[in-house]
Amino acid sequence: MSRLGTIARRTFLIGSAAILGGVAFGTYAYRKPHPNPIAGAGIGAITPYVLIDPQGVTIITPRAEMGQGIQSTLAALVAEELDLPWNQVRVMHGPPAAAYYNRGMLEEGVPFAPTDESWLAETARHAMAIPAKFLALQITGGSTSTPDAYEKMRAAGAVARVALIQAAARRLGVSADTLRTEAGAVIAADGTRIPYTDLAVEAAESDLPAVPPLKARADWTLLGTSLPRIDMVEKSTGTAVFAGDIRLPGMRFATVKMNPAIGAAMNSYDASAALQLPGVEQVIDLGHGVAVVANSTWAAIQGANAVIFDWAAASYPATTAEMRAQIGAAFTADTLNATPRNEGDVTKSSGQTWEAEYHVPTLTHATMEPMQATAHLHDGMLDIWVGTQAPGFARAAAARAAGIPEENVTLHTTLMGGGFGRRTEVDATVYAAQVAAAIPGTPVVVTWSREEDMAHGMFRPMATARIKGSVIDGTVESLDLAICAPSIMETFAERFGVPLAGPDSTLSQGAWEQPYGFANYRVTTHRAPRTVPHGFWRSVGASHNGFFHESAVDELAHLAGVDPLEFRLRQITHEPSRKVLEAVAEMSSWGTPRLNRALGVAFCLSFGVPTAEVIEVEDTPDGIRLTAAWAAVDVGTALDPRNIEAQVSGAMVFGLSAAINGQITFAGGHVEQQNYWDYAPLRLHQCPEIQVRILESGGKIRGIGEPGTPPAAPALANALFALTGQRARELPLDAAFSFA
Amino acid sequence: MPTTLTVNGASATVDLPGDTPLLWALRDGLNLTGTKYGCGVAACGACTVMVDGTALRSCQTTLADVAGASVMTIEGLGSPAALHAVQAAWIEHQVAQCGYCQSGQIMQAASLLAENPSPTPQDIDDAMDGNLCRCGTYPRIRAAVQDAANRLREV
Repeated sequence: MSRLGTIARRTFLIGSAAILGGVAFGTYAYRKPHPNPIAGAGIGAITPYVLIDPQGVTIITPRAEMGQGIQSTLAALVAEELDLPWNQVRVMHGPPAAAYYNRGMLEEGVPFAPTDESWLAETARHAMAIPAKFLALQITGGSTSTPDAYEKMRAAGAVARVALIQAAARRLGVSADTLRTEAGAVIAADGTRIPYTDLAVEAAESDLPAVPPLKARADWTLLGTSLPRIDMVEKSTGTAVFAGDIRLPGMRFATVKMNPAIGAAMNSYDASAALQLPGVEQVIDLGHGVAVVANSTWAAIQGANAVIFDWAAASYPATTAEMRAQIGAAFTADTLNATPRNEGDVTKSSGQTWEAEYHVPTLTHATMEPMQATAHLHDGMLDIWVGTQAPGFARAAAARAAGIPEENVTLHTTLMGGGFGRRTEVDATVYAAQVAAAIPGTPVVVTWSREEDMAHGMFRPMATARIKGSVIDGTVESLDLAICAPSIMETFAERFGVPLAGPDSTLSQGAWEQPYGFANYRVTTHRAPRTVPHGFWRSVGASHNGFFHESAVDELAHLAGVDPLEFRLRQITHEPSRKVLEAVAEMSSWGTPRLNRALGVAFCLSFGVPTAEVIEVEDTPDGIRLTAAWAAVDVGTALDPRNIEAQVSGAMVFGLSAAINGQITFAGGHVEQQNYWDYAPLRLHQCPEIQVRILESGGKIRGIGEPGTPPAAPALANALFALTGQRARELPLDAAFSFA
Repeated sequence: MPTTLTVNGASATVDLPGDTPLLWALRDGLNLTGTKYGCGVAACGACTVMVDGTALRSCQTTLADVAGASVMTIEGLGSPAALHAVQAAWIEHQVAQCGYCQSGQIMQAASLLAENPSPTPQDIDDAMDGNLCRCGTYPRIRAAVQDAANRLREV
């Protein structure tokens, strides 16, 4: 990390003058690269992704590691083409830099279903690369890291390999085509072996070659296999470094306490009792709350609890019931956000009709690592260590908070103890920078208490759906799904000062693009008035729309008297989607009667990944138990099967936690939940055994951090219906069902 | 008044008040950051350490409680160069995702296996139930604990 700090600082100080590479962008039409952020004297920074020095080869993996294993997968893309053995691979996150923009992030924001690979859809996606580059979004999220990196990081490895061969050719005075590479070295025809580390400086001095042809899949040795994760040993030995694990001489420990009426003012505070407590050193006014600085985090938390506050009241409705009523009242023409799907005429029906209202609560991320960051302002320069999904945003926010120019901020992106979208936000960064600026010269780690983290989420919105449908001849005749929720993008855009144009597409995500061929099919979204800050919660809009849509399909199947899985297969129009449904049918022995047990199925296409899940539940004397679960996904091309399995299974557990127990409620404008005892994720005894099957249609490669979440809740709710005959139209399910 | 205790086999003195939870004494007083803060109320298990061989939540154990006692943290269980069987099993099964809860999971598992070398699946579920994992690594935790039990019996 210190090494990276040195590189980054030098680069920024010299204004990124030396551009050695950027060739990683050579495969893209938009030619002019950003400066290579790791370019610097004496360093073999061949491309923005490969750094070779006498100590070894380091691959820059500019997507944040929040548990999804992305740094290993990104490193494997480079290592594969570079012929670098896995045990020689070292990774660094890399500095915030324009070169690491995420095109995938904006690409999927275009108004074409991911299954639409038409010329128009592809052209629109490609055009998004230009704004992404100007915005330089170095964001980790939206299951975009793998699709974004798939070509450019392999290209970076391939280019670096050619540059190394050319350097060896010059040194040996032989023709490059007599040389080959193997296991981190260039090998000459006479057997001479030059390790890459010996060629670093010469290779960086070469003119960069054009991107050579990439390896055929049949020649892959790393990609397509299950590799040991790069971070696994450190995470199993307590040596992995998270943002709160930085220890520096003279360090102080702080916590924050902000107005629980989120965003409202602090009228006044009295810190006199807090300052009497042992270890408490200072109370800093942060505007909407305070930070308490002490000689231990414990003393800081005790201090924060002893401060007496006069808080202003919230500007949003004070209670959950009022928020819900506000959503219910917003299914009107003037709140219309978009009608992204409208086929046939949903108002006409000749078959059996059905209608229902569905509802989901507000949710929070509750990452295991509460929000925290370490900061140190010294000589007008700020070093900040934070686990962030958006280092560019974080660095800019830290600079503003500390009142210094952005180039004076060195942002160290650490591992994250869970992200799930929460760490796209910069609040923890801002507070740490403010505290550091108030105590210049003293490094400080600012750790939120769990209670503070729970009270100040960037919440998944509460949402309601009104659904009508009809069935005829064993199929859906019409499905009309209207969704209403406060807009995530509205509050996000406000926080980040970016203009929001057009409808909020997250409202319909996971609903409008489902590959069913219903003749009359409409998805409408309405924007409810804003309440609390809303953010990206693993799978975003699909986290509620998967539940709405797939519960509706299940209800219609039962109305039609058709087996729910067969009902879906009859009407699905996308072959990879059909195959994942067939896979879970086979895996779960769907259709086999079981004593005291029942199955539920759900499907959702999100982030381009068709995902089907089946959950088995059992009626036991202790309550309902989840006995088994199966999932099938199609990621196009599977780079690391064991990691994909972990993501799908973990995302499913994340969805089940929310489905069974998850809800944030409000009273007096404050979040009522305090800790894991009243916002309870699934525990081990509740977790079923989960089997995952990975299919590869060979279509566009997809990311897999999120798609496992949306089908979890409806698969469970549908299983509960099959077991009990009781239809769950509201989450969390523990309100109506008793779980073991 | 400073408190003296044994941490990972060595004597250590912490100059923090006696009512400071062991968690913060380890992290902020002794710079042993492998033990994690998750909830502060014994609801998540991320802060699990062993005190005189038994797994305890260090957020609910005060520094005064462990004066003179022997504390083992994840750093003392094993190291990258000399892994404990539980850690080796964790790596074999590629358990960790974000990794934040895993120090606590591993300490809990090591304590279970020290007391019960041949746990049944039910024993594992019972012993590990107080350790939350938000990434959902539970199926691999089950497999790794079973594997670690086998490894320890073979030694």
